[in-house]
Amino acid sequence: MIEIRIHGRGGQGNVAAAELLAVAAFIDGKFAQAFPSFGAERVGAPVQAFVRIDDKKIRLREEVRNPDYLIVQDYYLIETVPVLEGLKPNGLVLINTDKPLDELKLNTTARVETIPATEIALEIIGRPIPNAIMIGAFCSITGLVSLEAVQQAIMQKFPGNVGANNVAALERAHEIIQKRKLYA
Amino acid sequence: MLKQIEGSQAVADVVALCRPNVIAAYPITPQTHIVEDLAEIVSEGRLKAEFVNVESEFAAASVVLGASAAGARTYTATTSQGMLLMNEVIYCIAGMRLPIVLTCANRAIAAPLNIWNDHQDSMSVRDAGWIQLHAEDNQEAADLHIQAYKIAEQLSLPVMVCMDGFILTHAYEPVDIPDQKQVDDFLPPFKPTHIVDPRWPRGIGLYADPRFYMEAKYIQHRALEKSEETIKRVSSDFSLAFGRESGGLFKTYKLKEADIVIVSMGSIVGSIKDLIDRFEAEGKKVGLLQICSFRPFPREQIYEALKDKTNIVVVEKAISLGRGGILASDVRWSFPKGEKIPRRISSFIAGLGGRNISLDDLRYMVEKVEREPVELEFLGLRQEIIQEKDL
Repeated sequence: MIEIRIHGRGGQGNVAAAELLAVAAFIDGKFAQAFPSFGAERVGAPVQAFVRIDDKKIRLREEVRNPDYLIVQDYYLIETVPVLEGLKPNGLVLINTDKPLDELKLNTTARVETIPATEIALEIIGRPIPNAIMIGAFCSITGLVSLEAVQQAIMQKFPGNVGANNVAALERAHEIIQKRKLYA
Repeated sequence: MLKQIEGSQAVADVVALCRPNVIAAYPITPQTHIVEDLAEIVSEGRLKAEFVNVESEFAAASVVLGASAAGARTYTATTSQGMLLMNEVIYCIAGMRLPIVLTCANRAIAAPLNIWNDHQDSMSVRDAGWIQLHAEDNQEAADLHIQAYKIAEQLSLPVMVCMDGFILTHAYEPVDIPDQKQVDDFLPPFKPTHIVDPRWPRGIGLYADPRFYMEAKYIQHRALEKSEETIKRVSSDFSLAFGRESGGLFKTYKLKEADIVIVSMGSIVGSIKDLIDRFEAEGKKVGLLQICSFRPFPREQIYEALKDKTNIVVVEKAISLGRGGILASDVRWSFPKGEKIPRRISSFIAGLGGRNISLDDLRYMVEKVEREPVELEFLGLRQEIIQEKDL
């Protein structure tokens, strides 16, 4: 079973990101569970959401304490919330930031990847909602869920222009990651 | 059709398939999405029903009471403080024998204010005369609503479907939503047995002086006890019609061989099953009895299922303050007094106000009762923030 924890602030589409990943995994033929950990339910407040993906029915209901993957939608959360807590030493953390990797100074042995998701969101979607870019990059890096399935999940949830813009943002994230792989 | 959807959406979709004539509910976290989704379904014309906007939970319950008394199939949903505000009407609905179906998106009760999950709200009306069914996951939550209408209307008893707030209502997981024909075949249109109708004036739930009131309560109590048969039958009819197990009085998991048995209800049983499998891999035999029907409480069947078990531990998300575990109390009552068998029934309170119940917590609980019986313990209590002077 794969466990993912998403950190962000209220308004960044954290719960939607978890939902989209779970729906996409379902489209790919896997079992998935997504659920939020609601806090203050206010824009800007730290929010967590969880995703589990498995080949069999998922019964476990505890919060994800030791994720295989972390998705951090706001880099500055790391200063206020113990975001990295419990991350598996051989796991992966994907962070929304425009800072170069060596400036991040993260206390983890896990693999760290970044993408300037807010910047891309402002350019393509016109609003600072990074979730589609983050899950696009996540899928592109991990291959855990197919990009096609995420696109389908986005269009189901947001038919029309909103969905199309988010799919475009997702594709941009994929391009960036693939280019990075090429030059790595 | 199998869909990856939110628990609230699954419940709203399935309630709509049950074709209620009147829906009245007041939005309150974490029940809100159910009501919003149903409002959308009605406004889009996918369900022909009267959706009555109300100013409070007291009004919501009163509207469905009136509509049900007039012969309509009705639906409402609430949680926490909303359940408390409904309280007076909840008792009236049961006393009038109205087959209303209500979803309780289980949540803690203030004070201190808390929007997260536990079972204190539905527990607060456990003695009101409603059937209370607890869902393990969102598939069962959806399925139980179909069964609830059938049970309620066959017996003229109200049914409360309890599902854990947030943990289920806000979880996206696969749920098979049946098609309209499947539901129609299983659930015939509501034929009310007693209605108020101006063409033939009569009253229900009126006055019962000391000559009649006791009998009214006796009849309600007996009807609830007898409903065990119907709950079982509707559950087995459901599995024949829909091809999956849902509902019933209780279910068991790896019980037969178990040396230690956990008794619980609601969504936590999923984690418990995972833990049981891990124990099994380590050579430890632990089993589960998961309650679906908390009211009526199937005392005799529980005794039959557990009579050979000597180490039982009840873990529950509610407490009778000043008394202890409520489910534990009922389980202990299920065994005759003065038994020859040295039976231990331990009691743990867990997950109050949304406190996460981890597999480590549950493992600690099992390993503790393996060593010694536990009269009452709060699982995962943070002793370091409790001061002696506050006790």
